[in-house]
Amino acid sequence: MKYELVSGFETHIELSTRTKIFCNCTTQFGGEPNTHCCPVCIGLPGTLPVLNREVVRYAIKAGLAVHGEIAEIAKMDRKNYCYPDLSKAYQISQLYAPLIIGGYVELSNGRRIRLHHIHIEEDAGKLIHQHGDTYVDYNRGGVPLIEIVSEPDIRSIDEAKEYVERLQQVMRYIGISDCKMQEGSMRCDVNISVRPEGSEKFGTRTEIKNMNSIANIAKAMEYEYDRQVDLIESGGKVIQETLRYDDATGTTSPMRSKEDAHDYRYFRDPDLVTINVPREEVERLRAELPELPMDKCRRYVNELEIPEKDALLLTKYRRISEYFDEAIKGVKSPKTVSNFIIGQMFRRTETESDKELFELATSPAQLNELVRLLDSGKIRNNLAKSTLEKMLDSGKGALEFISESDMGGVDENALLELCRKAIEGNPKAVEDYKNGKEKAIKSLVGNVMKNSRGKADAMAAEAKIKELIG
Amino acid sequence: MGTISKIHEMLVSGECSCAELTKSYLDEIEKANPELNAYVNVTPDEAMRAAQAVDKKLAAGEEIGMLEGVPMTLKDNLSTKGIETTCCSKILTGYKPIFDATVWEILKSRNAVMLGKTNMDEFAMGSSCETSYFGGAMNPVNTNHVAGGSSGGVSSAVGGNIAAYGLGSDTGGSIRQPASFCGVVGLKPTYGSVSRYGLIAYASSLDQIGPITKSVEDASIVFDAISAPDRRDSTCKGNVGGATYPTLDNDIKGMKIGIAREYLDGVRDDVREAVLEAAKVYEALGAEIVYFDLPILKFALPVYYIIACAEASSNLGRYDGIRYGYKTAHYNGTHDMICRTRSEGFGEEVKRRILLGTYVLSAGYYDAYYKKAQNLRGTIVKAFDRAFEQCDVILAPTVPMTAFEKGHAVSDPIETYLTDICTVPVNIAGLPGVSVPCGFNSKGMPIGMQLIGKSFGEAQILNAAYKYQQAAPDKFMDTKWGVRL
Repeated sequence: MKYELVSGFETHIELSTRTKIFCNCTTQFGGEPNTHCCPVCIGLPGTLPVLNREVVRYAIKAGLAVHGEIAEIAKMDRKNYCYPDLSKAYQISQLYAPLIIGGYVELSNGRRIRLHHIHIEEDAGKLIHQHGDTYVDYNRGGVPLIEIVSEPDIRSIDEAKEYVERLQQVMRYIGISDCKMQEGSMRCDVNISVRPEGSEKFGTRTEIKNMNSIANIAKAMEYEYDRQVDLIESGGKVIQETLRYDDATGTTSPMRSKEDAHDYRYFRDPDLVTINVPREEVERLRAELPELPMDKCRRYVNELEIPEKDALLLTKYRRISEYFDEAIKGVKSPKTVSNFIIGQMFRRTETESDKELFELATSPAQLNELVRLLDSGKIRNNLAKSTLEKMLDSGKGALEFISESDMGGVDENALLELCRKAIEGNPKAVEDYKNGKEKAIKSLVGNVMKNSRGKADAMAAEAKIKELIG
Repeated sequence: MGTISKIHEMLVSGECSCAELTKSYLDEIEKANPELNAYVNVTPDEAMRAAQAVDKKLAAGEEIGMLEGVPMTLKDNLSTKGIETTCCSKILTGYKPIFDATVWEILKSRNAVMLGKTNMDEFAMGSSCETSYFGGAMNPVNTNHVAGGSSGGVSSAVGGNIAAYGLGSDTGGSIRQPASFCGVVGLKPTYGSVSRYGLIAYASSLDQIGPITKSVEDASIVFDAISAPDRRDSTCKGNVGGATYPTLDNDIKGMKIGIAREYLDGVRDDVREAVLEAAKVYEALGAEIVYFDLPILKFALPVYYIIACAEASSNLGRYDGIRYGYKTAHYNGTHDMICRTRSEGFGEEVKRRILLGTYVLSAGYYDAYYKKAQNLRGTIVKAFDRAFEQCDVILAPTVPMTAFEKGHAVSDPIETYLTDICTVPVNIAGLPGVSVPCGFNSKGMPIGMQLIGKSFGEAQILNAAYKYQQAAPDKFMDTKWGVRL
């Protein structure tokens, strides 16, 4: 029997607000242990949380970017559990009235992964195990998080990967988080179950906690899918449990039941007042949002006639798409700009983080200038390519490398003269062409190009030569 | 004249220096405290330093404010920077806050002279002060009786004249009840009028800081000083109703004073009679007495104990021995350390309420208890709103009886819970209430009445209380203890 994978994600994303969610401490990653702390975020007796409004704004932007509905009234709740990294023995979160309801993430296959809700909450500190002792660092305690809870709409590992990538992409676009999985600013809990293909009923799910890379998500899901299918095939039953993924062995294993069997005793946090979200504020934030990657991609394909494959590459990172948007201003063929970016420029930004930053010596305006020269016929493609290399090496503009004479082009008479010279100087090639060797014409054109130092129009030269040879 | 004004005059006139005054308070504390057990931590050095600062100002001919140089005390659940703050619990022994509670910050900035921290029921959970890790505070009227709770230490100190005034906290009656027991004045302000920042939480949606004083005038002065918005407490709006002092002596002719019959049910005869006698005083002052029913009151007690315990179970989760306070000596791993620390560090009453609160929030019980209690809380708020359509203030007994004898409360916790019946509705509805002495029982123990106001209606209840105090000064007694001004 074939089994279908069913999965839903709970994704934690650290917001990049300057200060923590309930106090004025910095949210900076790292730092000497317990130096980014104050009485409020270490939960000293008598302290009270005060909600950072910027956190609400960031979360609303996240909600708008994934088409969620922004609640008019939201409330904060306490999630009670005892763990040394949680200084108050409760995490301030949202259960009964989250800030964002619904929404979806659209995948490239057209499927929409629906979202149940997005809520805001505080991060916990960290335990550090060293020399047989356990230490606690509260620097991360109180860093704002959003938790994006999806419906169980994911049907394959590829969809799961794309879902995470899309979230990462869109959250980076709107500038609310760097979504660095390796630094823990984006973490996923993966719910997964299987069911016979065609079945409507969900199977029993397991939850793999705290996944910190897309590669591991894929591996863990693969393992867990196989494990569940094997279990069912051999007459067993999947039990609902919380699992951890072991990177070294590539397997999942149950967490100790103590870590799992939580009754969080949620209730409204009496220290915090109701969050009222005026509609004008939502509209103001909506207006602040940049064009989102999916919309950009569609526009590139439909309006700029960029091939979809290329449009996806251009829109993967916000900086690249902005670079592109800037560089195409007033040019005839955006495709040419796209080719330069995806070709020569991508070769100089090989890693993902290079692409993310997209810091090049050449500015979009400089690229724009080069492409305009090409557009106007003043220079030819070969010259443009070699010039761009020099520009990228030096940071200088195109005109630093292209002389007046380079740009003159070649007029009708000069072209005729060049073609004649090429024919006279290469009788062998002429002979070959006459004998039906079509390719021989290329060496004649090459000769023209060489003697014109790349300025001649190769197409025109070819036509002229054919005319002369008859 | 109130105690605060009197001290102010003495200081300004040069009748005595602030250092001399403070010294005499410290001397009297030394004499009285072994019997009253009002103070759990006396801070003579800090007190003398503050007093000298005031004397320096006076010597320089500078003007001083009403509260400057007035010796006072804070309940031990109010955070004081560098001064041990224990909530009278073993689990917080040795804990010295690194910041001041907002109320203390305000008073300190006005050169208040703090004599020390006063006794209370552990984490403010109790009605007799006897759940204190340091033993109960005794009643200055008769030390065979308790001072009441939870702010028993403040009431005992103020009644015993070893503090001119003090700040307590009131979650279900913890200011008003001990004030009533000790024959002093206690104001529980409207929820949200005084910042809770630095008040070690018992039940966050009910807790409120307020003054315990010898006179209504004093309560008004202190309340006006401490009620201010605070950006560190988002539930705090400050003194929305405006200053109370200017209107203290306003005529109350035509004021409608309501009496809910339910408040008089089940209270002892002497208490009922004293309250009804006070109503007569009001009539004589030209006020109109209105009787009405408030049947919802019968739910107040269970609603209170469910909500308060639920919040407490969460608020007290942080005492795990890791960061501050008491930590068990021997343990095997983190989990064991936390369990042992809490088992050894908390007293019986605190454990009882944590267990109760944990239970009512648990999966499967939340709807039946906590949610239902929250719904009823809304109903109680509305019932009070309707009551205030018929009257301006509500007159009620503060406690159904007078101060218990030593050990009585501890022996029967359920009966003790019942004694909160008259005080908890005010906390549930977030309203202001002031307890004022209104008589004595046959053994000479004080009886208190409370005046309950509309939300942010402190000015009105203090006005009514002040007029009563003027009309019935004999109900305001003194004790044999402490400083004679």
